[in-house]
Amino acid sequence: MTPPLMEARDVRRHYRIGGGLFAKKGLVKALDGVSFTLDAGRTLGVVGESGCGKSTLARVATLIETPTEGEMWIDGEPTLGSGTAAGRHRHRLSVQMVFQNPYGSLNPRKTVGSILEEPLAINRRGDAAFRRETARAMMAKVGLRQDHYARYPHMFSGGQRQRIAIARALMLQPRVVVADEPVSALDVSIQAQVLNLMMDLQEEFRLAYLFISHDLSVVRHIADEVMVMYLGRPVEHGPKPSMFAAPRHPYTQILLAATPSVDPAHRHRSVPVTGELPSPLDPPSGCAFHKRCPYATELCAAERPELRPFGGHEVACHHAETIG
Amino acid sequence: MAELEIRNLTVEFATSRGPFRAVDRLDLTLDTGEILCVVGESGSGKSVSMLALMGLIGYPGRVTADVMRFGDIDLLGISARARRRLIGKDMAMVFQEPMSSLNPCFPIGWQIAEALTTHGVVPKARVRERVIELLHQVGIPAPATRLNAFPHQLSGGMNQRVMIAMAIACGPRLLIADEPTTALDVTIQKQILDLLVRLQRERGMGLILITHDMGVVAETAERVQVMYAGQSVEERSTEALFAAPLHPYTAALLDALPVRAIGKRRLPTIPGVVPGIDDRPRGCLFNPRCRFRVDTCVVDPPALGGTPGAYARCHFPLDEGGHPTNGYPGCAAAAQ
Repeated sequence: MTPPLMEARDVRRHYRIGGGLFAKKGLVKALDGVSFTLDAGRTLGVVGESGCGKSTLARVATLIETPTEGEMWIDGEPTLGSGTAAGRHRHRLSVQMVFQNPYGSLNPRKTVGSILEEPLAINRRGDAAFRRETARAMMAKVGLRQDHYARYPHMFSGGQRQRIAIARALMLQPRVVVADEPVSALDVSIQAQVLNLMMDLQEEFRLAYLFISHDLSVVRHIADEVMVMYLGRPVEHGPKPSMFAAPRHPYTQILLAATPSVDPAHRHRSVPVTGELPSPLDPPSGCAFHKRCPYATELCAAERPELRPFGGHEVACHHAETIG
Repeated sequence: MAELEIRNLTVEFATSRGPFRAVDRLDLTLDTGEILCVVGESGSGKSVSMLALMGLIGYPGRVTADVMRFGDIDLLGISARARRRLIGKDMAMVFQEPMSSLNPCFPIGWQIAEALTTHGVVPKARVRERVIELLHQVGIPAPATRLNAFPHQLSGGMNQRVMIAMAIACGPRLLIADEPTTALDVTIQKQILDLLVRLQRERGMGLILITHDMGVVAETAERVQVMYAGQSVEERSTEALFAAPLHPYTAALLDALPVRAIGKRRLPTIPGVVPGIDDRPRGCLFNPRCRFRVDTCVVDPPALGGTPGAYARCHFPLDEGGHPTNGYPGCAAAAQ
């Protein structure tokens, strides 16, 4: 059996905070044991509220940050954990990232051309003429005109900037693209353009996407598999159709119920969405969700549920059988 | 009589490249106790029109209107002093980013109390009690202990609740909420929308909800006004708008929603972008992006037409099947 394109197992990222003159010491478990696999041409959507560790996952998956613990493989070869420096380098070349805010992620003092050529220049790919040609070819692929080459980011709209950011991520011909909320800063009509572009590029280059979003409707459109995170841990993970048709974890159910329906005839009755994400500095005992969960019992407060297979998904809930 | 009536509101900003018209001849009415959603993409003029209503447009902006009436007060004729007595008290606004709208230097209890004391609606001795009551009403747990909290100590959702408490402090008859949930997570968004609708019902306020999110519209509004490039392009009841939009822009906007394209591989898109100062088209403002464009649209700006309760600014408004009507000449072109 061929190994998956990318695999991550039990990745953790903890931050020590405070410990200065005034602040108390603390440990934030921003990412606390996440595993996933990615295959070429497939998309894993990661959803969750702010503070659930989605962005940390993106930064760890691209090795912008080194995880505290965990292992990662590309094509079955370890890049982290037992991997070597060469392995990590290969990982960084194969996994590229598109950031959330195209107004912040492009250097305002560089032209589009030099933004696109920078990854090649840093990695000493080809000569200047080759880099220029590659950049121009990539601009055509993402729907930018050739005369945009010498322009600066401020001359573009949000949607076009995101095209530039996507083009930059593809310059090194990566196998995996990690997209951290790539369309949440864009208007609906522009969002549709960028999503279509991302799907076209995925087909053309057989890319694997780790697509991070808080918007379930966007994930529903683009993803093949969905992982729902809560306070640094996945609570449910499964193929897209059944995740939306039959969510097993109460948190997934609540997220789905809270998403506006875009159909005034089916206006939601007040669903029991209470409370907010607890502080990651002081997470609740047992199941992190039990304080907001309508089905919580004493067991939930006492013991943390592990991810276990149930109904075609992986669910971290003690009561999945009775709820689902 | 409508609680709020605006006729022919235009807001222009003087720029080095000539005046830029952010709001273009907008008409808007709101009945007592009604929820109206103003929906549009960024740059459509939805926020600017509401800021103009609140009197918050300063130099180099220029606000003109034929009628701007709130209750029996003519907002065009009153002095700045009289307007200051009115806003914050009878009409109040909740802004988009709670984190940047609250003053980081003062505790939230103090900031809510400021609204109460400025307008003198509660005797000084009862202000603290009233603030606690307000915080309780907007669903902040243990309100008495939160009075001295600073905005940075609260989450975004809690700060938005504080903003709402501040806005309803003096019992306004009209509440304008400008993208109140855009910066928030879906579960918190749901909580805030439920809160706004509940307060609106309890107090019989008028509520104008500005949003770019069609989902928010579908969940809350009774009536919708769709804005594009400063103009109102469609005005309908919520059910009718979602069932069969009249304006091609509304139709395209609804089609572009991923929720409505389940099962389709590609999302239908609207080509191009909202026109800016340099590329404002002649004729219909939407014509460069419209899939039904014909020669008339390029030359002749359409007027807001239709029957009461169902207005659209289009020469050839769509029928229930999404086909242009009104003697549309380009049937063959549209079919392609």
